Amino acid sequence: MTEQDMVPPELRRNVLIAPIDYVYNLGRAASVWPLMFGLACCAFEMIVSVTSRYDLARFGMEFLRASPRQAELMFVAGTVTKKMAPQVVRLYDQMPEPKYVLAMGACAISGGPFKDGYNVVPGADKLLPVDVYVPGCPPRPETLIDGIIKLHKQIRGEHIRTSPWYRKGVEREIPVPEYGPWGLVLPKEEKSE
Amino acid sequence: MATTLKTENVTINMGPHHPSTHGVFRMILTLDGETIVDLEPIVGYLHRNHEKIGEQNNWIQNTPFTDRLDYISPMSNEFAYVLAVEKLAEIEPPERAKYIRIIMVELNRVINHMVAVGFLLNELGCFFTPMFYALRWRETLMDLYEMVAGSRMMPNYFWIGGVAGDLPEEFLPMCNEFVAALPGFIDELERLLTENEIVQMRCRDVGILPPDVATAYGCTGPLLRASGVPYDVRKAEPYSIYDRFDFDIVMGTVGDVYDRYLVRIAEMRQSVRIVEQALRDLPEGETATPRKKGKFRPPEGDVYHRIEAPKGELGFYLVSDGSENPYRYKIRSPSFVNLQAMSYMCKGRKVADVVIILGSVDITLGEVDR
Amino acid sequence: MTSRETFDRLAEKFPSFELAYVEGKDPAILVKADNLVELAQHLRDEEGYDYCSSITGVDYPDRFEVVYHLYSMKKEGGPVILKVHASREEPEVPSVVSLWPGADWQEREVWDLMGIRFSDHPNLKRVLMWEGFQGHPLRKDFPGTQDEYTFS
Repeated sequence: MTEQDMVPPELRRNVLIAPIDYVYNLGRAASVWPLMFGLACCAFEMIVSVTSRYDLARFGMEFLRASPRQAELMFVAGTVTKKMAPQVVRLYDQMPEPKYVLAMGACAISGGPFKDGYNVVPGADKLLPVDVYVPGCPPRPETLIDGIIKLHKQIRGEHIRTSPWYRKGVEREIPVPEYGPWGLVLPKEEKSE
Repeated sequence: MATTLKTENVTINMGPHHPSTHGVFRMILTLDGETIVDLEPIVGYLHRNHEKIGEQNNWIQNTPFTDRLDYISPMSNEFAYVLAVEKLAEIEPPERAKYIRIIMVELNRVINHMVAVGFLLNELGCFFTPMFYALRWRETLMDLYEMVAGSRMMPNYFWIGGVAGDLPEEFLPMCNEFVAALPGFIDELERLLTENEIVQMRCRDVGILPPDVATAYGCTGPLLRASGVPYDVRKAEPYSIYDRFDFDIVMGTVGDVYDRYLVRIAEMRQSVRIVEQALRDLPEGETATPRKKGKFRPPEGDVYHRIEAPKGELGFYLVSDGSENPYRYKIRSPSFVNLQAMSYMCKGRKVADVVIILGSVDITLGEVDR
Repeated sequence: MTSRETFDRLAEKFPSFELAYVEGKDPAILVKADNLVELAQHLRDEEGYDYCSSITGVDYPDRFEVVYHLYSMKKEGGPVILKVHASREEPEVPSVVSLWPGADWQEREVWDLMGIRFSDHPNLKRVLMWEGFQGHPLRKDFPGTQDEYTFS
């Protein structure tokens, strides 16, 4: 049956039939709420991109949320240090599904200029699954907006049948690292007898 | 008949991630009801090992790293480092370079104070509106930086021995226009805020720091001058060509949050004075001393040089053993030392005042943790 | 300024301290660890050096060194610089927190990153690294860290 058969003629101007993926993704992509997780210098360019010259609000990101329970996109803006790493992972675990991560700046991609430091995690993708990488030190606000548009394209290309958050038995929670005597250690899993 | 309730103190955590825009800073508060009994700041969440990396780089490679210390006023950090190395190696930059440096650093100070006032008002509850005004004016400065150095936020413009390149032709007209419009912007901010009832009620007599306590804690910058101590490194130990300019030291009387706000507004006006004088007297000439061939190896010895950064006294202690890398590279950052006065200022206040007092101290976590 | 006159005046006042004058671009006074607090108190009370600007630890091959830069709010000009040596095996230096409370965090940082202990410090904990971290990272012989990550 085509659209001509399904919808009676008098309602054809009021009813639209579309694939469910298209509608579902349009709703999600057009209003992604970001988590303001500015750690270092890149945080400043993130804040500047919300101001009136670059205006992130026209992309649906009206307001940078502070609480992870209300956010969908985590901007990891700045260097992730080992002392901050447990908090980063804990905040990611607290965000509700579906969630995305955007690594902003050279430090979040690979450690950046501080890669050789004893307190620096070489890249946020050692701790979290990252979707978009935005290079720069710091990236211009226009580069950040370009990264967000790529994220929108990714969201619109997803399919509801293959989305990981609806599948059963997929463990999406990431173990929180702990402070060890010479660096970060992952928690040991306790086996219950 | 009055009955008293038996209560206990509560310990709460204002975690490293919170809506105030200062960055990853954690405080542990011990409260009796809503009054603060004790406050313990915990830092180190942005410790990026500047000092160790500084020992692995050579002297010239360290300049872009100093931009990342206080990332809101990057040129001041470069200025301090470059002056320290020039003192160690006895290099004298040309006159035009000295004037250009002063113009950049003082413009930086104006914008830093504007952003600090904007963030302080954000914490008062005025939300983003003053911040948007401050950041709009900051955009003009970012355009000037991009014109001169190529990058918006991390300019890396100062060289050991001068500045990286001459000012392009479009710089001077744009800079003159900006400086002419700045007093109007400062008036706009003042008209909105200084006589405002809410600012007065929430900021007067909050977070008082007496002058002898401020000196004992080692505080510098607007925090110290608002308490009534007339100490400014530009006048106490003049460096570069500050002794040729005519400006005043601004002081407060009481030492509360409102005084710090007024001191910052008045310092903006003094900085505009300095920039006007520097633009008027800008000489022609070279912009950098030519460097000798070969690797840069300053003589052995140690040196400490400090400047008046917008947040306080920024100093570099450098030890050289005659090789191309520094032997010890230490940064004395103003925000790290100023933060010790937080627990003194917050005792006996309410939780909502802590955020305002932190905003008035004006820290940048990149500098606190290095 | 740590000029020759300041040094001569202090050496005359405290002959038993065996102060030494260190030449250089920023001349300094070398003082023994046991006499540090008394000399610092004299400088603060009698001569008016009420602002302790910076405390630095340096790691030399044969010793540790702690450098103090003291300024006066009223007098203009340069600092008085004090240098104290500590041994490499068990470095320990008396704390000046009782004289200048602003030295608190700076001494904690020197303990955290260099490993120089400050006796009589009220709260000597790590300030930049986390509690439980072994090793003092700014030493020249720091071996490096070992980490485990979820996604390598």
